[in-house]
Amino acid sequence: MTRRDTLVGQPVERLEDLRFLSGRGQYVDDRSVDGMLHATLVRSTVAHGILRSIDTTAACALPGVHAVYTAHDLGAKVPVIPMRMEANADLARFEQPVLAHGKVRYVGEPVALVVADTAAIAEDAAGLVGVDVASLPPVLDRASSERGEVLLFEAVGSNRGLSLQAIRGDAAAIDAAFQDAPYTRRRRFKVHRHTALPMETRGLLAEWDPVRQRLTVSGLVKVPFAIRSLLATLLDMPESAIDAVESDCGGGFGMRGEFYPEDFLVSFAARRLGQAVKWIEDRNEHLLAMTHAREVECDLEIACDLDGTIRGLRGRGAYDLGAYIRPNAVTAPRNFAQMAGGPYRIPALHMDVAMLVSNKTPAGSYRGPGRFETDYFRERLFDIAAGDLGIDRVAFRRHNLLRRHEVPGRLPVVMPYGTGGETDSGDYHETFERCLAEIGWHDKVALAGRQVDGVFHGLAVGSYIEGGASGPREHARLVFEADGRVTVHVGSSAVGQGLETIFAQIAADALGLPMDRIAGVFHGSSGIVKMGYGSLGSRSTVMGGSAILDAAKNLDHALRAAAAARFGCAPGEVSIEDGLRSAAARGRSLPLAGPAGIAADGIEAEGVFENNRRTYSYGTHAAHLTVDPATGQVRLLEYVSVEDVGRIINPMTLHGQVLGAIVQGLGGTLLEHLVYDGQGQLLTGSLASYLVPAADDFPNIRSIVLENHPSPVSPLGAKGAGEGGVISVGGVVANAIASALSSFGVQPDELPLTPPRIWELIQRSSGQVDLP
Amino acid sequence: MSNPPPRTVRFTVNGKPAAVEVEPRLTLADCLRHALRLTGTHVGCEHGVCGACTVIVDGRAMRSCLMLAVQAEGCTVETIEGLGTGLDEGGAEALGPLQAAFRRHHALQCGFCTPGMLMTAHALLSREPDADADRVREALSGNLCRCTGYIGIVEAVLDARPAYQAGAPGGQPATGGIDRTG
Ligand code: FES
Ligand code: FES
Repeated sequence: MTRRDTLVGQPVERLEDLRFLSGRGQYVDDRSVDGMLHATLVRSTVAHGILRSIDTTAACALPGVHAVYTAHDLGAKVPVIPMRMEANADLARFEQPVLAHGKVRYVGEPVALVVADTAAIAEDAAGLVGVDVASLPPVLDRASSERGEVLLFEAVGSNRGLSLQAIRGDAAAIDAAFQDAPYTRRRRFKVHRHTALPMETRGLLAEWDPVRQRLTVSGLVKVPFAIRSLLATLLDMPESAIDAVESDCGGGFGMRGEFYPEDFLVSFAARRLGQAVKWIEDRNEHLLAMTHAREVECDLEIACDLDGTIRGLRGRGAYDLGAYIRPNAVTAPRNFAQMAGGPYRIPALHMDVAMLVSNKTPAGSYRGPGRFETDYFRERLFDIAAGDLGIDRVAFRRHNLLRRHEVPGRLPVVMPYGTGGETDSGDYHETFERCLAEIGWHDKVALAGRQVDGVFHGLAVGSYIEGGASGPREHARLVFEADGRVTVHVGSSAVGQGLETIFAQIAADALGLPMDRIAGVFHGSSGIVKMGYGSLGSRSTVMGGSAILDAAKNLDHALRAAAAARFGCAPGEVSIEDGLRSAAARGRSLPLAGPAGIAADGIEAEGVFENNRRTYSYGTHAAHLTVDPATGQVRLLEYVSVEDVGRIINPMTLHGQVLGAIVQGLGGTLLEHLVYDGQGQLLTGSLASYLVPAADDFPNIRSIVLENHPSPVSPLGAKGAGEGGVISVGGVVANAIASALSSFGVQPDELPLTPPRIWELIQRSSGQVDLP
Repeated sequence: MSNPPPRTVRFTVNGKPAAVEVEPRLTLADCLRHALRLTGTHVGCEHGVCGACTVIVDGRAMRSCLMLAVQAEGCTVETIEGLGTGLDEGGAEALGPLQAAFRRHHALQCGFCTPGMLMTAHALLSREPDADADRVREALSGNLCRCTGYIGIVEAVLDARPAYQAGAPGGQPATGGIDRTG
């Protein structure tokens, strides 16, 4: 078989688009089955309190209502949602029950489930459920969480979960770095709570087959196999009796597809009632119930020589993880600590991060988890340090950015997990210099801090690394169908990123076929492959794609073996010809496909890719913007991203990922904010108050993607990508704003940088108003 | 709690007459999706902000989550399902020029916002086939997309203009402007 790579690397138009463009996508709410019932959640309207009683009488009496379930109906022990990543006994004490009992701990917490003939009746009935809660004072900020005068979990005795450390160099080395350095600087920074906000809210359709005692759940995405296994445990039924069906999915970004209370509840109701039950989240519910992210505060300190050489970096941070520890709650704190140094040479590093609970929606991982936050802190501190030392910001970074011979290098070790790892390949200076050239730094930097036509110009630059390709393995199966076309089956799952196209490109090239011989790409759902590990941590392309390469090799063997049996020769004598059309040996030739073909009944082969190393794509972002001092309004004139992803499978979909991620980052930096009042009520519960970027906000963004340094970790050479676009945005934009407002001495230490906040910073630093 | 009795509403959808019995409180979006099984129209917020539910009613782009089905009585409604040029010989969906431009410019990822974007853009170009980039961005600013960053979408709409300059293609000719008030 020859690898021609005629498709990999090309901007192949997406296969998925045909159905999406014509309104034929199948998102979970697009499926209906006869006799289907509809579920609605009753959610706590109180942030913290004792749950005294729930009165369901009136709701149950409403015509069309089939059931109202509370925690009492779930058996002696109410199931709790276990951690999926970095499980830890200390943190397990904060896990969430699928329905509240004893206490409620955040506004939006599921208290009861109503099932009725129609969604409208279910909503009417939900309004009739009486929930009696004796309010307790809510814990809403870091200080009160740490003080612990009010506890969310009395039995635990503290609002503080495990603390993580990321360490490079021993304690003595770190102390020495800070004691001996001629320059140190410490500063406190804060990133605010915001969220992924996919355009499709969550939803589920659970069908129960009473005869075969089987459960089919549609609407599972991201990690459907993991969800299925957990559902089986919580429902106490065999995993093999559950079909997890992946639907088209209106955006994931890390947050959709973790196990949520509704996954259990809707499935439970379907089985208990012996009927199909659908639940579709509304937008207000979504803002209350889907995981939040990114709320962290940190004191970060840097030690440098006077020439700008970094000696050490240390920090103490605290994540506000909301009321419960969700399945992937640790991902952001872990990355935050481990990636604090980014692509820079930092000989001694010690980060300490506490995980705190509060009476807010639980937090989870959102695209670039922890990395967006930590890069903002680091890049801000770098600009401050460079300013103090009188060193140009670009020179400071160039001096400290790891050189090519220093890559791969070891990453800091994360305790108590003991995990470390190392980077794989790359030249960080290449993207750095290219990015400066692309934005025209040399010519534009003279504008920085200057006022032109009333507005101040600012520029900034920053670099990042992005870990991808999380293991442990992925499975694929290729089927040479009787008609001579090939179907591709992969355990990775799609969250709207164009996986079908990418996998078809990889499979077609590996088999030496044109695209139209790939008859279909199936992914995610159980039953497609033995096991699948889903879509997270920028892994799908690398892991699934590499598994496809393995399956292609095995398919070649299988076809040869089948032909050898027909010809009565050794497999080594067989040649497969004509783009998998015929096989030949000893002067005979037979078609592979068709009724008389060697593969008349179809032939399949499996493949697997195992990997416990990660890939590290990397890049540099630069921004040029203006700030209007009268209004605090920021206008982004130009934003450039240059990254190296090892190998590009499809430049079109990759650019799409980068641009989309940058705009999400801009939203998180400048607009989006989940705001709570003093009672723990979410004030931003609609799209009118939770502002995300619109088409006219950020028109000038460019993405340049390189493939100069393939990853040695995967046979494709590709590195995980798709999160990188978001990582640098907070730091780069905040630094550009600081650069614009340098004459005022404005230091934006806290996100989001909304016009009122910037205006306030200007007023405060120019001493015009006295603000707290 | 007693709800008013169902009523029959009649309107034209993608050129075909429809008659549906609906509760007066049913939105046009839910009526299209659930009663008529035209699930290409999506619902992203139900409060008139995201634009995913945009359809064209009597030539105007409207948010179908903010309209009751009974208000569509006698109206001409166009949805995403009517935007293509039908099926080609192979039975595959044949894309209209705007849809093809979306594909070429990678103007969609998850596809959830896409029907609303297409209907808004279709209404815009049908009326203003020479719209420039600023105008396109302005017109699309009421349709939220969380995946693409909008860059490909704007390029696609601009690229589809020639097809509209030669007369409105795809579906039925749309006249009238874009309704921002809902
Ligand atoms: S569903 Fe969001 S505007 Fe109608
Ligand atoms: S393509 Fe996903 S929301 Fe627009």
